[in-house]
Amino acid sequence: MVSVIRLTLSRSTSPQVLRVAGAALIVLVAVMAAAPVVRGRVVQHPLDVAAFLLLVVAVGVFWSLPGDFTRRMKRNPLSIAGFSIIVLFVMVAALAPVLAAPPATSRDPYLIPHAGFLPDPQPPRPGHPLGTTGYQYDLYYGVVWGTRTAFRVATVVVVISVAAGLLLGSLSGFYGGRLDEVIMRITDIFLAFPSLVLAVVITAVLGKGLDKVMLSIAIVGWPVYARLLRGEILSVKQRDYVEAARAAGAGDLRIILQHVVPNTIYPFLVYAAFDTGVIVLVAAALSFLGLGAEVGYADWGQLINMSRSWILGVPGDPFIYWYTVVFPGLVIFLFVLGWNLLGDAFRDILDPRLRGSA
Amino acid sequence: MATYIARRLLLLPLVAFGVTLLIFALLQFLTPAERAALFVTDPRQLSSIPAIIRKYGLDQPIHVQYWVWLKQLLHGDLGWSQTARMPTSQALATFFPATLELTFYMFIPIIIIGVWLGTRAAVHKDQIVDHFSRIFAISLRGLPSFVWGLIVLMVFYGGLNWFPPGRLSLEADLFVKSPEFHRFTRIMTVDALLNGQPWIFVDALRHIAGPAMTLVLVEMALLVRVTRSSMLEVLRQDYVRTARAKGLAEPVVINRHARKNALIPVVTLSSLLFVGLLGGVVLAETIFNYPGIGKWGAEAAVQLDIPGVTGFGMFIALITVFGNLAADILYATIDPRIRLQ
Repeated sequence: MVSVIRLTLSRSTSPQVLRVAGAALIVLVAVMAAAPVVRGRVVQHPLDVAAFLLLVVAVGVFWSLPGDFTRRMKRNPLSIAGFSIIVLFVMVAALAPVLAAPPATSRDPYLIPHAGFLPDPQPPRPGHPLGTTGYQYDLYYGVVWGTRTAFRVATVVVVISVAAGLLLGSLSGFYGGRLDEVIMRITDIFLAFPSLVLAVVITAVLGKGLDKVMLSIAIVGWPVYARLLRGEILSVKQRDYVEAARAAGAGDLRIILQHVVPNTIYPFLVYAAFDTGVIVLVAAALSFLGLGAEVGYADWGQLINMSRSWILGVPGDPFIYWYTVVFPGLVIFLFVLGWNLLGDAFRDILDPRLRGSA
Repeated sequence: MATYIARRLLLLPLVAFGVTLLIFALLQFLTPAERAALFVTDPRQLSSIPAIIRKYGLDQPIHVQYWVWLKQLLHGDLGWSQTARMPTSQALATFFPATLELTFYMFIPIIIIGVWLGTRAAVHKDQIVDHFSRIFAISLRGLPSFVWGLIVLMVFYGGLNWFPPGRLSLEADLFVKSPEFHRFTRIMTVDALLNGQPWIFVDALRHIAGPAMTLVLVEMALLVRVTRSSMLEVLRQDYVRTARAKGLAEPVVINRHARKNALIPVVTLSSLLFVGLLGGVVLAETIFNYPGIGKWGAEAAVQLDIPGVTGFGMFIALITVFGNLAADILYATIDPRIRLQ
């Protein structure tokens, strides 16, 4: 078991990954060792650290891909656009305490500060570059810190659903037979619901809240990963190199982790890129319905939810409160678009046959 | 073919059974007292919670509880929906026709415009129409339907007052509720025509237009792309070249020979589309205050009306399963190549 893990690690690491991981670790240690004042400003939620580390690993993996990969990516302007959008969001999330410093009195920086209790929104003005929504919550602050929320939601959901999908999908694909039948029928049940509907039902039963939203989206999401991996494994497991590994005396675990999964993982990663956008979209939709983050929490969907009361403006000027929906809406739009373009780029590069198909 | 359909039909009850298991498993997250509260229809009953727990066997082993619950379910008893102030099954029957109607009026434009635009894009590959359809599809994929819906509401109701929210305007609603108006099908536009009241038909359509526009734009993008790539595939086929060599007019080649075959993947996609719309109505109906099951389901979820929201979920799942089955059968019927699988 240990040897398998060690082998898998040594196989997939390249100098770039090590370098990036090393840099990330140094940053992390520096932050942890820094004075509590500094640390408190940078790390605002335990899961921020997890999201940061995962992004670093993703960047490292991306860098370690063969040169051909990045060259092809650079050839397509849309891929560059997608990549730039995501990098921009990563930077906004990482620099949130600098871009929108929480007031000194705030206990939780994810709670949007509000100046006064005036019920109707106020247009963009100095000090509030994007204006303030109902009850004077600052839109700019909400959008900036909402980026961290979005990455946190995406990371948690992707990690849970990928882990479940990886486990059940590889069991199902590799062993086949009755186990496969059972797991696939379970995925059938989950896929019998439109994803938004099942997420709404699960969130309601678990009680409302952002943590419940994450859990419910992960529960909704894993079957697709499991089916994707299973399908890939079915096509790979008959190959000669699997046979050869078995003849060489490799155990099931080693064959799955070392020979089967690495050769089937790319469609999985492409889907994860697309899914990241969709996850944030669904989470925002749930917050919009009032099932997710509470009022005043820095979450894009929640900002849109607040704008609902103001959407019709005042008699004679229906568009007066346009900024309450346009700015948070634009941010969600760009985030989802960025991940979609990135997913397209990955797919085109990894499977050129599909280029331009959808 | 027969075995294919038989296998799908056999799986149907299995999935339905699985859905009930999933919902029941979810309900186990609630405490017995909370689950007992699901049977309460009146605040005066709250004092008798222990009696309710005993009556519905909520202190019994789980498999016994499941059996009791399933039996109720099969008798059509889905519990009392607090948000609808009526039994959940009755709420479903009340709200579903409006959603069905809305889905229909979304489905038709999506298919017509989507297929038309996709065909044009394929025929005029790398020309303006194609670039337009590509930009259109790419930019729409990031568009959150609820943001777009709010903008539609802002512009077409707030600004232009064309597409008001709700189901009917006040006078139309009063007329519909009067004894002069017969509810034949509960589908408003059909009833309006059957009653010979075109102004109610127009009024109902105006109220459908807003939520329909919200989802039509968002859901159409994928259809355009799939039609386009499928058309491109077909246009390369030998029989298209033969048709052209025979000297057939280009519209005949495109519309008769190519498009018919290009529509096969579109049929599969339309079942996905149906599922997408059923999920989307939750948002679109909520924004436009359109009294369908989507709005009710969202309301039930927000107010933690558990019988309502679980009943809503199971109902949607059932429709989705039937929709997928219908699409599969249709697909197998029109494309003989896949029957053998």
